[in-house]
Amino acid sequence: MDAFFALANGMAVAIQPMNLLYALIGVLLGTAVGVLPGIGPALTVALLLPVTYKLDPGGSLIMFAGIYYGGMYGGSTTAILINTPGESASMATALEGNKMAKAGRGGPALATSAIGSFVAGTIATLGLAFLAPWLVDFAVRFGPEDYFALMCVAFVTVSATFGTSPIRGLTSLFVGLTLGLVGIDKLTGQARLAFGIPELLDGVEVTTLAVGLFAVGEALYVVSRRHHSEEKLEPVRGSLWMTREDWQRSWKPWLRGTAFGFPIGALPAGGAEIPTFLSYSTEKRLTKHPEEFGKGAIEGVAGPEAANNASAAGTLVPLLTLGLPTSATAAMMLAGFQQYGLNPGPLLFAERPELVWGLIASLFIANAMLLVLNLPLVGLWVKLLAIPQPWLYAGILVFATTGTIAAKPSVVELSMLAGFGVMGFLMRRFDFPIAPVVIGLILGPIAESQLRRAMSISLGDPMALLQSPVSATLLGIALIALVARFVMRGLGRFRANED
Amino acid sequence: MSEPPQGSASRRLDPAGVVIAVALAAVAVVLVWDAGQLQSNNPYGMGPHVMPVVIAAGLGILAIGNLVEALRGHLPARESADPKAVWLILGGLALLIAIIGLGGGFILATTALFVTTATAFGRRAVLADLGIGLVLTTLIYIAFNRLLTLSLPAGPLERLF
Repeated sequence: MDAFFALANGMAVAIQPMNLLYALIGVLLGTAVGVLPGIGPALTVALLLPVTYKLDPGGSLIMFAGIYYGGMYGGSTTAILINTPGESASMATALEGNKMAKAGRGGPALATSAIGSFVAGTIATLGLAFLAPWLVDFAVRFGPEDYFALMCVAFVTVSATFGTSPIRGLTSLFVGLTLGLVGIDKLTGQARLAFGIPELLDGVEVTTLAVGLFAVGEALYVVSRRHHSEEKLEPVRGSLWMTREDWQRSWKPWLRGTAFGFPIGALPAGGAEIPTFLSYSTEKRLTKHPEEFGKGAIEGVAGPEAANNASAAGTLVPLLTLGLPTSATAAMMLAGFQQYGLNPGPLLFAERPELVWGLIASLFIANAMLLVLNLPLVGLWVKLLAIPQPWLYAGILVFATTGTIAAKPSVVELSMLAGFGVMGFLMRRFDFPIAPVVIGLILGPIAESQLRRAMSISLGDPMALLQSPVSATLLGIALIALVARFVMRGLGRFRANED
Repeated sequence: MSEPPQGSASRRLDPAGVVIAVALAAVAVVLVWDAGQLQSNNPYGMGPHVMPVVIAAGLGILAIGNLVEALRGHLPARESADPKAVWLILGGLALLIAIIGLGGGFILATTALFVTTATAFGRRAVLADLGIGLVLTTLIYIAFNRLLTLSLPAGPLERLF
């Protein structure tokens, strides 16, 4: 069993003291940002990129993965205790979890979501470990035209398939693709869309875009509608521990949630909303206590939370094996790989096995750390929610601009940050999804270079895209997914993933 | 963003949607114009001007799509917004850019942003926030300088260290 051997080697890397420390910092930060409304894991990784480029790549990536997993745990705490989900994948949790907290059962709600997240995270990470080598074997035969076709599938699914409106999703994607064109063309050395501004020759920095859209845009949006609602924090009442009945009602939803979350996360469809809502509606149908649904049913917390975490691990499958990010956080992690000159994909498994498998093994450790951090210490995290909003957002903006100032202290770069902030505000106001912009910026240039490589191999014959069976199939899938979305409106119930 | 706003079936023209459509079309025109400036002496394969034109075509189609949605009044319903608070934060960002550009240093620049943002969110204790902002940003400056060895722009305050 290759995977066992590789995983054991990875574990040896992951338990080195420095890497354990990075994992701990990652899960602490991740839980904190997951709990705080207004910042998610994608923004946190974006903020950390400029300050980590001098650190060890393996350790930083372990930290980023810890942030990703931690954000998923922390988000559920906010969803249960305030009805506002900290990140959008926790929306299903908020439905039942907040009702449980109001009924004085906040403790068991937090416990079932933390334990369920642990169970799902562990099973899904095992799935990642065993699926990855198999996919790598398959992907190693991919030519540039196949990669280009794969990226087309990802473009369609992240922007058009799931969301309120395919036109708005595609608009976001194309704005991102346009931003990806800016800068020197790597093949011919000519500047595109630089308008003679030297700062633009390097292209649009993905961290500047992400921080502008997520931090500045969110702050502007929240402040613009501050007068609409006051959030109310439910105190954690009653025992934290689950009763025997709670356990009996939770374990099956955990496993079913994992079964929804991991495969859907692993497909280039991405997004944690779809599996969480699928899990929620399944549990609602299967429950023996239908009268409790809508009033605080523990199954409605256990299932979606498991699905949420399992899909986070699933998203790492295309990211690590194909270099294909399908969520904003995965896109930021790809930027993290790129800042060290690493390109996730089959080659990375062959060239830097210690790095990839160390990262995968550290996910098990991060999961165990998160269980400990989130069960007994939940009271500590709840205190974060008591930070007054003015200081919270003022602090977020200070940290957000600090990252950009540290990377490039130029007036042009900071003006771009402010401009992307205004764009993020307007996009939220007019209900355009944010994640496709980030994915378009980071994946657009890669897709273009794969396409141009394919075209130069075929001497400019575009039929090469259809002559490879893999590429032809994938392009067909992309086309069908695009057309189907305009024909059927049913999928629009699920909202696009923002984090 | 708690509920997906749906079925705001007011069949009226939405001027904001028209603006979005015009902006997308304008970006498409810029893309095509910029691609025209590029040289392509690449007989085999694909030059640097192809992708911008493809994306411009996509933007053009999406501009039409957005225009149709706007004419049908299909844009999501929007809640009333508080423009004063938004402008206050944007003013803070402008102040930050100006201070950095004029060499005022990291601490002054980010403190200005801290105070304006806190005020925008309803705080009315400017002096107290000024103190908190100064302490917070000074700590960040020291942490970056000493622990991470990343240099942030220095001004009069930073030179005291």
